[in-house]
Amino acid sequence: MTENRVLLEINDLCVKYGAIPAVKQVNLRLYQGEIVALIGTNGSGKTTVLRTISGIVRASQGNIRFEGSEITKLEPHRIVQRGISHVPEGRGVFADLTVLENLKMGAYIRKDKAAIRQDIEQMFSLFPRLAERKNQLAGTMSGGEQQMLAIARALMARPKLLLLDEPSMGLAPLIVKEIFRAIRSVNREGVSVLLVEQNTKMALAAANRGYVMETGSIVVQGDAEELKNNAVVKTVYLGMH
Amino acid sequence: MRSRAGRFAIVGLLILLPLLLQQIDDYILHIAIIIGIYAILSLSLNVIVGYAGQFALGHAAFYGIGAYTAALIMLHGSASFWLALAAAAAVTGLFGLLLGSPVIRLRGDYLGIVTLGFGEIVRLIFVNWVDVTRGPMGLPGIPAPSLFGHAFTEKIEFYYLILALVLLTYFIINRIVHSGIGLNLLTIREDETLAQSVGIRPNPYKLLAFSLGACFAGVAGAYWAAYISYVSPDSFRYLDSVNILAMVILGGTASLPGSILGAILLVLAPEILRYMNDYRMMLLGLAIILMMIFKPSGFWGEKHRKYNFYGLAQKGGRK
Repeated sequence: MTENRVLLEINDLCVKYGAIPAVKQVNLRLYQGEIVALIGTNGSGKTTVLRTISGIVRASQGNIRFEGSEITKLEPHRIVQRGISHVPEGRGVFADLTVLENLKMGAYIRKDKAAIRQDIEQMFSLFPRLAERKNQLAGTMSGGEQQMLAIARALMARPKLLLLDEPSMGLAPLIVKEIFRAIRSVNREGVSVLLVEQNTKMALAAANRGYVMETGSIVVQGDAEELKNNAVVKTVYLGMH
Repeated sequence: MRSRAGRFAIVGLLILLPLLLQQIDDYILHIAIIIGIYAILSLSLNVIVGYAGQFALGHAAFYGIGAYTAALIMLHGSASFWLALAAAAAVTGLFGLLLGSPVIRLRGDYLGIVTLGFGEIVRLIFVNWVDVTRGPMGLPGIPAPSLFGHAFTEKIEFYYLILALVLLTYFIINRIVHSGIGLNLLTIREDETLAQSVGIRPNPYKLLAFSLGACFAGVAGAYWAAYISYVSPDSFRYLDSVNILAMVILGGTASLPGSILGAILLVLAPEILRYMNDYRMMLLGLAIILMMIFKPSGFWGEKHRKYNFYGLAQKGGRK
């Protein structure tokens, strides 16, 4: 892992939904090649942070820098073009399109057709189940398969940074393992990952570093190992006493 | 509609059909022409409703704008039908763009309400702008189209004209919705936020769908004006918008053959049920309700859509 270059930098980020603050003064750093876990309970603002990074929600204060340049006010499609892919919460797939069409849409910003076809094949080797179902409508697949497709779809844009919003939500433990294995393998190939999770154990096992959010603010941060042994994290999120 | 041969067979049948119908009654030919007009209208609305997922309720307004534009150009500008047709398409497409710009920010029900309002405003303009539209009296005496000096007088000639227009509409819309543009429209319909997060800008695509849909409704309007040789506000009511929408939904959203099927069913049904007098609309309503319960994706729903736009289908590679 090369922990030299800051890829994503969030400074004093505040986001409001109407008058209600969802994110308050969040600072976060992600270095090139890292997996960073953002953990916290429901409604702590994790998802909002991701949505703000990808431009779907606007920051009311603070700024977000990607590879040194500010992206806070860019439109979503510009942010995708810079190299940030977002896998939204829930099933981030187009339900009425087939698996292949979904993958194809993931590569929307790219024009290199030959390479796109290669990448599709690569996604099929990363998630062999998708290959079996390539002409099936995405909405008719199981939750786990849809999540795999959502990740594969995001990777089709060849991102530098992958934003994952609760990839383990509602999935069987075996599938969760498979998905985390894929996340690690993607990361080994050089894609940095910002991972929002409620499954703290899995997230910290995969991540290099972690941040813990509570009611819109970051309360604890540190190396993944450190967090696993942190008293607060242990009692609140890992359920150990 | 799968094979080339099948397609030719259908077109051939449609070309020969009127020769048979003519033997029975000119009235049946008239019904066939009306089906053609509504086929264009439902095909064009399907781009907006089926592909872009925008629940628009004012399609009759575009139809009317096309008809009035063509009528006015032919009456006052003494232009040929063909010029009026092109102008009607362009003007209506422009109106689609104009209406589209403010309303694409709205979703679902709100969009329905605003387009409904637009439809009523347009109709009221037809009624009240007496200097131009002669109000409820309408514009009579619109000349018939002519081709190489030969003026269209027979129903059968109008039949071939509408057949050509339907085929043209089908061809153009088919090419567009089965291209990358169509796929992008579908993703926007599916999940706008998700579409944005793969880098699609929804607004230009929605606008395109609006103006494309409006443009072809204008074509239908221009044809109507020339065929009936008279336009009045009565032909472009809210009920007509609903009727066109019903054709799209009944046939199956995002399915072009479905739109044509919907047009055939909803034009034919009231005619066939005519002997039942007042009960026919009630029966038709019942049929639609049953249909939505048992076959919610329409008669020719999306399961029939080409499931891969990119020729990547079977073997995972382009041939």
